[in-house]
Amino acid sequence: MSEPQGCGRVTGAVSSDGAPPAPSPESTLKKEVLVTARPGQKAPEFTAPSYYRGGFTPVKLADFAGKWVLLCFYPGDFTFV
Amino acid sequence: MSAVADNYARLQALGVEVISVSVDSHFVHKMWNDHELVKMVEGGVPFHMASDQAGNIGRAYGVWDEGQGIELRGRFLIDPDGVIQAMEVMTPPVGRKLAETIRQVQAFQLVRASKGTEATPAGWMPGDLVLKPGPDLVGNVWKVWKPSQEK
Repeated sequence: MSEPQGCGRVTGAVSSDGAPPAPSPESTLKKEVLVTARPGQKAPEFTAPSYYRGGFTPVKLADFAGKWVLLCFYPGDFTFV
Repeated sequence: MSAVADNYARLQALGVEVISVSVDSHFVHKMWNDHELVKMVEGGVPFHMASDQAGNIGRAYGVWDEGQGIELRGRFLIDPDGVIQAMEVMTPPVGRKLAETIRQVQAFQLVRASKGTEATPAGWMPGDLVLKPGPDLVGNVWKVWKPSQEK
């Protein structure tokens, strides 16, 4: 499956997950993504649209293989902390 | 995130790349950067600001808050082999302390460089004593290190 580029992908996805499933009540029930992030385990691979230095460039964790990566989740833009 | 952006040069010097993730679109990331963060950090955010509107990445990392539809504050340190070495997850109102993240990077890099033959005691800072776990150290840590040495 080819990766949507630029703005083609509207949200992040873990790579094993592929493209987001078509929304149907059935699939949302079945499609529970398991938490796989644990210290000492491989970090879940993902790809996501991203804003980077003035442009929109998709980012993949695999792009940084061989480097240390600090991955920071936060509650939202324009929040206060 | 501005604190991380402000310390990006220190992280880069340690060979650390940064990716931030929230449920905001990458278009909103641009607006936040251009209208606010650029006023806090010279030049704005220098790293990838990823968008996870559906929460897929957040779920995989265990930081997705189903009730609020947001991602908790979560910090993951991933080594060059793609293995998570450290993680910290917090509810939103309290910010992180980047100096502690940098300390952990330095400690994990030391351990990695020693191929696991060295370990860092509590409160270790660069230059402090490191432990060399082995048969001789069992029961003898007290001879080389005491909690009072933690700064």
